[in-house]
Amino acid sequence: MKHEHAKTATQNACKLCNPLGACLAFRGIENCVPFLHGSQGCATYIRRYLISHYKEPIDIASSNFHEETAVFGGSHNLKIGLKNVSDQYKPDVIGVATTCLSETIGDDVPMILREYKKEFKNGSPMPILIHASTPSYQGSHIDGFHAAVHASVKALAEKMPWQRLINLFPNMVSPADLRYLKEILEDFGVPYMMLPDYSQTMDGGPWGEYHRIPPGGTPASAIATAASAMASIEFGSTIEASKSAAGYLDVMFGVPAYHLPLPIGINGSDKFFSLLETLTGEKRAEKYEDERRRLVDAYADGHKYVFEKKVILYGEEDLVIAMTVFLREIGMVPVLCASGGKSGLMKKRIAELVPDMDELGIKVREGVDFVDIEDDAKILQPDFLIGNSKGYTMSRKNNIPLLRLGFPIHDRFGGQRMHHLGYRGTQELFDRIVNTVIEQRQNASSIGYTYM
Amino acid sequence: MKRAAPAGHGNNCSSSPEERHKGSKGEEIPQQYFKGMAMDRIGILEGRERQVLEKNSGVAQADIACDTSSLSGSVSQRACVFCGSRVVLYPVADAIHLVHGPIGCAAYTWDIRGAVSSGPELHRLSFSTDLQEMDVIYGGEKKLYKSLIELIEQYKPKAAFIYSTCIVGLIGDDIEAVCKKVARETGIPVLPVHSEGFKGTKKDGYKAACHALMKLIGTGSTEDISKYSINILGEFNLAGEAWIIRQYYEKMGIEVVATLTGDGRIDAVRRAHGATLNVVQCSGSMTWLAKEMEEKYGIPYIRVSYFGIEDMSKSLYDVAVKFPDRPDIMEAAKQIVSEEVKTLYPSLQKFKKALTGKKAAIYVGGAFKTFSLIKALRSIGMSVVLAGSQTGNKDDYARLKEMCDEGTVIVDDSNPVELSKFILEKGADLLIGGVKERPIAFKLGIGFCDHNHERKIPLAGFIGMYNFALEVYQSVMSPVWQFAPRKGGSL
Repeated sequence: MKHEHAKTATQNACKLCNPLGACLAFRGIENCVPFLHGSQGCATYIRRYLISHYKEPIDIASSNFHEETAVFGGSHNLKIGLKNVSDQYKPDVIGVATTCLSETIGDDVPMILREYKKEFKNGSPMPILIHASTPSYQGSHIDGFHAAVHASVKALAEKMPWQRLINLFPNMVSPADLRYLKEILEDFGVPYMMLPDYSQTMDGGPWGEYHRIPPGGTPASAIATAASAMASIEFGSTIEASKSAAGYLDVMFGVPAYHLPLPIGINGSDKFFSLLETLTGEKRAEKYEDERRRLVDAYADGHKYVFEKKVILYGEEDLVIAMTVFLREIGMVPVLCASGGKSGLMKKRIAELVPDMDELGIKVREGVDFVDIEDDAKILQPDFLIGNSKGYTMSRKNNIPLLRLGFPIHDRFGGQRMHHLGYRGTQELFDRIVNTVIEQRQNASSIGYTYM
Repeated sequence: MKRAAPAGHGNNCSSSPEERHKGSKGEEIPQQYFKGMAMDRIGILEGRERQVLEKNSGVAQADIACDTSSLSGSVSQRACVFCGSRVVLYPVADAIHLVHGPIGCAAYTWDIRGAVSSGPELHRLSFSTDLQEMDVIYGGEKKLYKSLIELIEQYKPKAAFIYSTCIVGLIGDDIEAVCKKVARETGIPVLPVHSEGFKGTKKDGYKAACHALMKLIGTGSTEDISKYSINILGEFNLAGEAWIIRQYYEKMGIEVVATLTGDGRIDAVRRAHGATLNVVQCSGSMTWLAKEMEEKYGIPYIRVSYFGIEDMSKSLYDVAVKFPDRPDIMEAAKQIVSEEVKTLYPSLQKFKKALTGKKAAIYVGGAFKTFSLIKALRSIGMSVVLAGSQTGNKDDYARLKEMCDEGTVIVDDSNPVELSKFILEKGADLLIGGVKERPIAFKLGIGFCDHNHERKIPLAGFIGMYNFALEVYQSVMSPVWQFAPRKGGSL
């Protein structure tokens, strides 16, 4: 669909920048401080943005570039910064992510880190230094997320004897999702290494004193065992091979990699549970059968509300792909599947999972912003929008209800506790979708029905 | 109305010095801690010692060090040059704001402030050249030019502000030339804002924004502007605050030529040089502009604050005094104050009764706001145990020290670790700050009042004082803190 005006600038972006994703992923490693090699503003803006969603303090250190740093290179600042963070935070790990600034001046971060380790080896205990390359002029926040996960595995995983262990790379999902995934793995009785795990660091309890680094996260020692696992499961449909942690472990250490779309919907969740059954040789616990039964029952109870409802879906590509499949499973039509991301794979992946997408008139657009989506919405006339909070502007302006999920949720409470994955997450999503339709009908009715 | 106690000594807080030496759970904190500087126990980063002090009149104390850039590796609550420019210009509602750089800078500043407009709302849209790797290699000028031409065609703004971000400072795009060309072709002002993130601090960003505004000022007609007129500088119309303030002045018979930049309009900015007086609030961001206007157009300026009864009233009187040939203006000011206080004062008593003896910590962007907040808090019975800012200067800190009670910790460019240590050790019941400070307070089980750009409730003006007291009351007095570990709740 052509924009009614020529359009070069990005207007109301449907993506964030690369370093944000890296900071979040590093927050999922135990006793790790995310560190941005760039200007102070990057760290501060990203902190602010994450805080508004997770409602948790998040310290992100910065090498705090000045003019002379930009001219002479960031080596000196980076080293001082690492020393200061090491002294004050006493971290096990510092996750260094670059920015457009440090990438453009061409700082050789791996070399600087090697030098630092040599220069300061006699000082305080040396944290593990992980470096992820995350220039903001490439990709979007999800690329930074995967880059940090990949870099962590690459830095830490080492050859060890095979053990009964499953690696799980869950993608950028909510703390509630992460907790649910851990529960599932625990119920299967299989040791696991999930990375990242910010279920506690980004959604924790009260503190008696300030924690420089909040408790929780995947220990570095656990990441080290990733190479000895019997399998890796990676959720996602568009992760580049060069950024796939599961792919890395497969190629380097022969750990079989299983790539699944995010397990949303019954079919999606079945695939995940079946894979776990195959890998562990165990049956799923009865409670998951129950969750599934309740979900099937709920589908029956609610099917008429949602059938052939038209939806515009937007967000990270992997989330949009998984949601598309789920919506098809309940009879809804995602008339537009949109993302600010640009993997070049979204359409292909959706076509694989929804073979009749063309007949149904499902459009897929990568690299779009909210103005593009809004232009399409005017023509497609969806019943509602599904995506993060940033679609609210468009929702309000065009009077299209918005069902919020994913990240960021800046205008509702509890985004960090929202489930999306598995039978439990699907149940929550389905209930919310049905309720959106009911509420819309109730409001539109002049009668004011008290039961619908 | 009961005036707040004079700055510095004998405030009207009922908590005794002994009480203030209790820790978070009421345990005694060793006295020697309070004798010297507090840093020893807190693990201040090397290089930050001089940016923290605890007021102690008994010993000679060096001035606080400020105006420095943040230390590498310290988790500063500050932002960057771009942020400074963006906050100052953001409320100009009939201009487009194009961020020239990769996507982050525009995405993180999309519609994040409560700065409202009575008309056009172009400021709430986020425009970025979204530079990609190839643009970084080959330069972004063409993309910038095309973006500008298209956006101006589509949105028909009165002007365009182009913000340079870090990377633009490196790849050497000639923004000035592109802006000139587009201005020529479109006939509207196209103003470059040199806000490369790494080229200084947030304050330099304020200055870059003021510099852009200076280019506009003086280009409009000053015909029909009354002799009894002012500009309001540094008021961003958060939650409609500029409207409240404007109304007071207009009631006094004063014409407000331009508010910079709250509910801002390009045409109003263009004729701002026709005002008789500049009234500067949020001194950090706009004093430079006031000084420039004084030099160039001979317009004197005064510094005011619209927070709290005392400073709000003073900001009306201080303006009235500047028009001595019109005693009716002063009369009107007195009338407004008296009427407002008559309704406000009784309504505050409920809060004061509940809050008396409670302790507050303040950490905000500009130091000038801190002064008002100390007074406002005292007027509802609270004392201040920590006061600090991201960008205060030497004079600000000297004045702050004078105003504060003994034992108050004063910080410049602090970080979460420091802030929370002091908050707990001083037993604060409330933190006033911005979005980055909020989770610190809530994690530690302490009330919080948002005094930053994102708030949706006006805190300026007399009604603002009521809202402020209400918000403080609602947060400090909430029963939920009974479960907080610092009150004995389990971890």
